[in-house]
Amino acid sequence: MSPEDGPKAPGEFDEVTPGTEDDSTDKMPENTLPVTPEALSPEVIDRRQGMFGVQGSGDTSGYAGVVRPVTMPGGTPPPYGGWFDEVATGLESALGRDQMRGAIEKVVVHRGEITFFVRRSSLLAVAENLRNDPALRFEFCSGVSGVHYPGDRGRELHAVYHLLSMTHNRRIRLEVTCPDADPHIPSVVSVYPTNDWHERETYDFFGIIFDGHPALTRIEMPDDWPGHPQRKDYPLGGIPVEYKGATIPPPDQRRSYT
Amino acid sequence: MSTSMGTPTDPYAPQAGVSDTTSGKVFTVTGQDWDTVVSGVAEENEERVVVNMGPQHPSTHGVLRLILELEGETVTEARAGIGYLHTGIEKNMEFRNWVQGVTFCTRMDYLSPFYNEATYSLGVERLLDVEDKIPEKATVMRVLLMELNRISSHLVAIATGGMEIGALTVMTIGFRERELVLDLFELITGLRMNHAFIRPGGVAQDMPPGALDEIRDFVALMRKRLPEYADLCNANPIFRARLEGVGHLDLSGCLALGMSGPVLRSTGYAWDLRKTQPYCGYEDYDFEVITRDSADAYGRFRIRVDEMWESLKIVEQCADRLAGLEGAPVMIADKKIAWPSQLAIGHDGMGNSLDHIRHIMGESMEALIHHFKLVTEGFRVPAGQAYVPVESPRGELGAHVVSDGGTRPFRAHFRDPSFTNLQATSVMSEGGMVADVIVAIASIDPVMGGVDR
Repeated sequence: MSPEDGPKAPGEFDEVTPGTEDDSTDKMPENTLPVTPEALSPEVIDRRQGMFGVQGSGDTSGYAGVVRPVTMPGGTPPPYGGWFDEVATGLESALGRDQMRGAIEKVVVHRGEITFFVRRSSLLAVAENLRNDPALRFEFCSGVSGVHYPGDRGRELHAVYHLLSMTHNRRIRLEVTCPDADPHIPSVVSVYPTNDWHERETYDFFGIIFDGHPALTRIEMPDDWPGHPQRKDYPLGGIPVEYKGATIPPPDQRRSYT
Repeated sequence: MSTSMGTPTDPYAPQAGVSDTTSGKVFTVTGQDWDTVVSGVAEENEERVVVNMGPQHPSTHGVLRLILELEGETVTEARAGIGYLHTGIEKNMEFRNWVQGVTFCTRMDYLSPFYNEATYSLGVERLLDVEDKIPEKATVMRVLLMELNRISSHLVAIATGGMEIGALTVMTIGFRERELVLDLFELITGLRMNHAFIRPGGVAQDMPPGALDEIRDFVALMRKRLPEYADLCNANPIFRARLEGVGHLDLSGCLALGMSGPVLRSTGYAWDLRKTQPYCGYEDYDFEVITRDSADAYGRFRIRVDEMWESLKIVEQCADRLAGLEGAPVMIADKKIAWPSQLAIGHDGMGNSLDHIRHIMGESMEALIHHFKLVTEGFRVPAGQAYVPVESPRGELGAHVVSDGGTRPFRAHFRDPSFTNLQATSVMSEGGMVADVIVAIASIDPVMGGVDR
């Protein structure tokens, strides 16, 4: 690839602010993905009890009985606004309508960023099309970041990919989930070689096994390290510190606010 | 453990000598024993040698380990081993409140601390939905500090890169100039590194008196001194012979490997997030994106020097804008987010201002409660996730910030350009000479604090 036929020069980008454009094709029924009510409701990842994070000790505040769900933003029905719809329709025409329905679980537009929740079986096909299709051209992957939601039953482990299209100057996010009991997600190293180390890091810290990775070994922790340190059930560690006669417990055992 | 002489010995110290293993002879080198290795290898009549370089080699920008397979002096395979500086910063951030997170992430890439703070703060501000409420002065100060930081970081890259090929003067003048930048950091933030100065909502403190004059003096001095680097290096035949054509990586290779920053721009592609996806108001500053098309270590060196000139231009524009913003706020007006107290220098160092202490201790019970809640509990950030990358001296640095609606980051992951770019070690150095490995890695400019986090 040479700079001439490759990405545009920075000055040539169109100024597009998501949500400001309204194309009539966006509103056409055949261009909208079917949305289930479950996809639109906020994702419950945990439940919060009390006000001060204290469990089992005397919470004299009277708030101990307060129980609230902890939720992440729910799905967004199309149209998503601006170029978000171009990406969605571009992906649909690249994948085909049926495969798109099977591949994309839901789409979340939040704080001006778009997240495609991709089913793990379709990740590789989605990534390939996102990179290769001229209308999409997400040629740059900023790596993968793992997130552990222990309260999100059946979807405990999330792998989050940030993709950048330098050609169109757009950024999207892919999110793939897998259950803790079956922590397998296909590797995208064959599409984005840059994810080699990123997937090793996510495996190291979260225990997500990226199937098809050329050499999935630990990268930051020693080879014989037990456990995956950035999971929520892995303790932070630390020892109490004495300071001016008082003992300060390690950070993960201090009283906290939930 | 002690010897019969009674002198204690270190059981973990490397034992010099030769040992036979299933994969061949292993020579443990501890210094002063080069002859043993040379004669041993000659005896074996083996062309293929695997060399373990590091993890403490001075030419590796921190604790990087390189495993090189050599045939004679040619590198046939190169692998980088990392993780020696992993400190669990991301995990630790999950146990502190949102403001304290800055204190941790500033320590990641220790040569460009302001970028770590900025990308994290921008992510938190996006989740708080206060991006357009950040005071203008805070944004200008962020740009000022980031561009000064770009100069100091590029100076270290050039200085250490020069030292590694024997250009010791480049190292001494590089660190001489960097010291001037660190003096400015100390004047503005109070610290030479680990500043924790850029915080969600703005910056920690206003500009100290006289800082703008110091900045202008620095810019004037740098305009005199930057040409020295060009005089020493640009046409220096040894320097060019060591750098030109070394560490080659073309545009498609860069995109496949996720390379950004000077390495990407050395392929002639003008990708700079400050221009293409402006943040912190970079669209209002006049500067050029520097590119070269040699795709080698020499091009990357020239880009770094030229980028320092562009950063000086931005620093000057910041100073002009700050001159007109005397007394303007540097922290968001929303009292539910802003740190309740202004900092002031007391007789025992920097701390909460005495006026504020008088207010909360003597005048207003509500102010005391508010201070206590915000300092001990911190503010809540609405649930969601954000990724706001910035153009650090090494490339795209971004923080993936996830909130569950609590007072602490649920997850903060940093996409560090050093980590990603270091993957190119193999591609850049295989097939070349062993001496070129050092040059190739220096042209990536990895900082292991950022790689391992």
